[in-house]
Amino acid sequence: MMTDPDVRVESDNDLDGPDTVERARRTPDERQPYDELGLRHDEYDRIRQILNRRPTRSELAMYAIMWSEHCSYKSSKVHLRQFSEKAPASERMLAGIGANAGVIKVSDRIAVTFKVESHNHPSFVEPYQGAATGIGGIVRDILAMGARPVAVMDPLRFGAADHADTARVLPGVVAGIGGYGNCLGLPNVGGEVVFDPTYQGNPLVNALCLGVLPVDRLQNKAATGPGNIVVLMGAKTGRDGIGGVSVLASATFDDDSDVCRPSVQVGDPFTEKLLIEACLELYDAKLVVGIQDLGGAGLTCALTETAAAAGTGMRVQLEKVPLREPSMTPHEVLASESQERMLLIVAPDDLDGVLAIAEKWGVLATAIGEVTASESDGRPGRLQISLNDHLVVDVPPASLADDGPVYARPTREPADLILLQADRAETLPRPSDPEALRETLLRMVASPNLCDKTWITEQYDRQVLGNTVLAPPEDAGVIRIDERTGLGVALSVDGNGRYARLDPYNGAKLALAESYRNVAVTGAKPVAVTNCLNFGSPEDPAVMWQFAEAVRGLADGCLELGIPVTGGNVSFYNQTGAAAIHPTPVVGVLGVLDDVATRVPIGFTQPSIGEGDLIFLLGQTNVELSGSEWAWVTHGHLGGIPPQVDLARERALAAALAEAARVGHLSAAHDLSDGGLAQALVESCLRNGVGARIALPENLAPASMPFVYLFSESAGRAIVAVPRGHERAFTGLCAEHGVPWTPIGVTDGQNKALDVRGQFSIGLDELRDAFTGPMPALFGGPDPSPAGDGQTAAGQTGGEETAREAIAVEEVAVVVAEPGTDTDRLDQAVARADGADPRPQVPAAAAAAPTAGDDQPDNDQPDKDQAEVATVAAALARVGSDGADAPEVADAETTLAGHESATDAVPDGVDVVAVEAAEPAVAGTEEADDAEPGDAPAQS
Amino acid sequence: MGARGERGRAPVNARIGVVTFPGSLDDGDAARAVRLAGGEAVRLWHADAALRGVDAVVLPGGFSYGDYLRCGAIARFAPVMEKLADAARGGLPVLGICNGFQILCEAHLLPGALTRNQHLHFRNRDQWLRIESTGTAWTNSFTEGQEVLIPVKNGEGRYVAAAHTLDALEGEGRVVARYVRGNPNGSQRDIAAIANEAGNVVGIMPHPEHAVEMLTGPSLDGLAFFTAILKHLAGATG
Repeated sequence: MMTDPDVRVESDNDLDGPDTVERARRTPDERQPYDELGLRHDEYDRIRQILNRRPTRSELAMYAIMWSEHCSYKSSKVHLRQFSEKAPASERMLAGIGANAGVIKVSDRIAVTFKVESHNHPSFVEPYQGAATGIGGIVRDILAMGARPVAVMDPLRFGAADHADTARVLPGVVAGIGGYGNCLGLPNVGGEVVFDPTYQGNPLVNALCLGVLPVDRLQNKAATGPGNIVVLMGAKTGRDGIGGVSVLASATFDDDSDVCRPSVQVGDPFTEKLLIEACLELYDAKLVVGIQDLGGAGLTCALTETAAAAGTGMRVQLEKVPLREPSMTPHEVLASESQERMLLIVAPDDLDGVLAIAEKWGVLATAIGEVTASESDGRPGRLQISLNDHLVVDVPPASLADDGPVYARPTREPADLILLQADRAETLPRPSDPEALRETLLRMVASPNLCDKTWITEQYDRQVLGNTVLAPPEDAGVIRIDERTGLGVALSVDGNGRYARLDPYNGAKLALAESYRNVAVTGAKPVAVTNCLNFGSPEDPAVMWQFAEAVRGLADGCLELGIPVTGGNVSFYNQTGAAAIHPTPVVGVLGVLDDVATRVPIGFTQPSIGEGDLIFLLGQTNVELSGSEWAWVTHGHLGGIPPQVDLARERALAAALAEAARVGHLSAAHDLSDGGLAQALVESCLRNGVGARIALPENLAPASMPFVYLFSESAGRAIVAVPRGHERAFTGLCAEHGVPWTPIGVTDGQNKALDVRGQFSIGLDELRDAFTGPMPALFGGPDPSPAGDGQTAAGQTGGEETAREAIAVEEVAVVVAEPGTDTDRLDQAVARADGADPRPQVPAAAAAAPTAGDDQPDNDQPDKDQAEVATVAAALARVGSDGADAPEVADAETTLAGHESATDAVPDGVDVVAVEAAEPAVAGTEEADDAEPGDAPAQS
Repeated sequence: MGARGERGRAPVNARIGVVTFPGSLDDGDAARAVRLAGGEAVRLWHADAALRGVDAVVLPGGFSYGDYLRCGAIARFAPVMEKLADAARGGLPVLGICNGFQILCEAHLLPGALTRNQHLHFRNRDQWLRIESTGTAWTNSFTEGQEVLIPVKNGEGRYVAAAHTLDALEGEGRVVARYVRGNPNGSQRDIAAIANEAGNVVGIMPHPEHAVEMLTGPSLDGLAFFTAILKHLAGATG
């Protein structure tokens, strides 16, 4: 324990001692710098009313912090209520909004907890420590729930990739996340990396943590039981992170000599690791009554929230707090955001046990006060803080923790929104011939947002703890949480600021839909949502409108999907001058996998025997290019209306995928989002070095139709690879769930290329070079590590890929021996389809034929009669070709036996697609707008 | 994939200690690997100068004592290490993985040092290694020249030593594994693992304990290190 800070400390100021409660009563008119601390005049008046006197300097600091936007959510509260009000009932939820993190039961014995938070501003000021302490902070939130943290994820957004400051911020942020998370022993299993000039002065560094706990180990923060001891455990308290409160250190408020305190905290992951182990041992020994992490607002927040949660009071002796610098003043101690600290409420009899466990782990633990009873009249107790017997704080804890100001700030739709939405990307010039399409694809995969992020993700440990089943570049992170049963969870976190800028309500829903879909493609069942809402200044009515719309969209979306928001975080004031960032709601979805062995990865694989898997596109492709990556990369364009979002369809898709994964119909599945089908195909091919031959519905419409299929960003879609023999059952399952499906090709392990029939073929090596080159070129510089054994540098960067390929080659030796059987598979399929379908010119229908074909020469069900084969083939062909129309699919299912009705439907479905595609491409003008309403009925 | 089929052959009573230092991270994973190989994992605590009668010891990966000062420099002075150093010199098989390798170098049980990766970044990837020596207690399940796929993840994994030391290591067949198809950290002569003169102490930078299940690793190649020690112990005990 440190020596007591003595009275001399305060004589640095204009006083002979600390500004006590008694002194505050004596000097009611002393001028106080509430406005410098960010408090409004009416807020200051309210503090005086609550206390019935002026606040002491310590109290003023505490109110200023706790009533700040960051801690009080004063601008967002009125909107965030919707998350609770609209939350669908969930029996799984053990703790929700208001707790440190939401807790979700995943089995009778086990629960998980997860939450995402922002650390945006610190990460801009000091990228390494800002990002590092972002991890540290969210990990303690998870720890406070009684959970062992088991994984982290990082959604990151930076300014333009080639901007000089991005080269300062990104490497520091990545190193900070790695430096802290790796040292903590937490696998990093996902996240995002997005570049956009909107984030130039306001990078977004969000951090998500997942924890696991036995159901009966759930902790809470309430400081119950008068007489219980208040213990501060972990690092010593220093002057870091006291930022704005430094103004109080100066006797005269215009003297700024002392004000330049470090405002960014410094992390020590080793101490945090010990803190985790100590806390978990304390939980298991049942020595903790209540616990709260110290994050933003430090002791102030922890003391007031724990007391307020129980309605009790507290007496705290500030001189007992172990300090890094003995000269700290009371308000500095109370405001300090020093990292790696937890506040424990402990029964007096258990104190020795707690201190012993802390000592075992080499963690400092100090009794600093005790819980006191509520007032005799039944009112909650008071928080009284003294320094060497001088009472410096005497407040009702709830007045800081719960009863801060709440504002219904004015909202106004941004003035430019109508014009922005009218400027649609559907009218932009599109690549019109195969060569241009090929160039576009290569340019897209090499663009900063779509290119390979291995340079970043390999700076993170993804394997520690030995339970990582899927990690980047997979769609979702999958973590095994029960080795005995294989029970696990899938997690994804997604956002799209451009979509939200164009339409914050649907933009939030789209973020939710993408995250939900990313979890679903692994085969997991989505069950809960967390969110991090990154916005500009709430004092700007336009920003506030965006915020209100986004929250409404997210709350509505969760209701429609039937999964609750369990917690989250709001980050306002992400703006430079008057320019706010794009509204950026980042949404995390957690899903459950009963057995992680059934998880589905994104990469195409070459079956050890037989021909390539069939590739299906699930969902409906519309002409939706506004807000797309294509519009941004090739035209620098942002305008129009983002893709429509239909959450009923997302739900159906998720249900079909989960069922298909469970029964083993899928060898790969990949969500379609930024960059559309083209990007998904590239990623699925490059993952294991397996090519694909794709046949798009090339003759349906004018030349730009293949382009639309490849680059539209319509929501609710995924590609899947289905091993031969499973296609019939799989498509049947899709029909059951009302999920439109289109067979678009086959995987091809021999031909190392992405081949789009009639358009272009790109070798996987060329694709890989385009895909993996940009990040090292932008941020890595030349790789200085010498190549061993005369290997080239290229051999190094492709090491993992090469490794996986080598395995694949070994496994497909049988196939390699008879390449002829596979080469013309698609042609054969087309040929066979010709016989089964009266409209052979529809390539999508043709590609469906292998399904029927299996009943023919090499069938495994030889007793099927020819009529049924024809009927099924036609039905499959029809459903396949008009995958653009869900209601039609439902019909197909019910009329599967009706050959005529099935074939009749083909031209209808085809025509709809063709017309929609044709108009904007041909007219290149307002007709594009007309195509959109046409989509709406189809989406019902 | 020499590990396959080996599982369960070792005596069921083979007890493999796994040391936990403050800041050890892959200790649970090393214990899992021991179990999957068919051995019994015995957890050892850094502050206890006791080896609890184990037949072999794994020093796991992580950031012992935060890796402050220098990786492994503080762990080397832990009470358990005193006992361990004596036992290792007496022939007790010891495998140091990543941070464990660093500790073994700091403790002078192995020569050379592990320094900051040449590219200055932490790097986590699946890495091909070539097994150069099958004469150690930990690699007898491999065939010489066998290429195996094992994750590497470190910030300070670049093996360096004086030229004469490197020559001696190579001359005496004590280079246990080398990086192939690319060197992930700039290690001299592509060295990924080395052994002491007796072959009972091995330090390896990549993580064999993370290649023991197809569900979570790139291969099962890592399991062979753990079956090897059980085989070695079975041979030693009869």
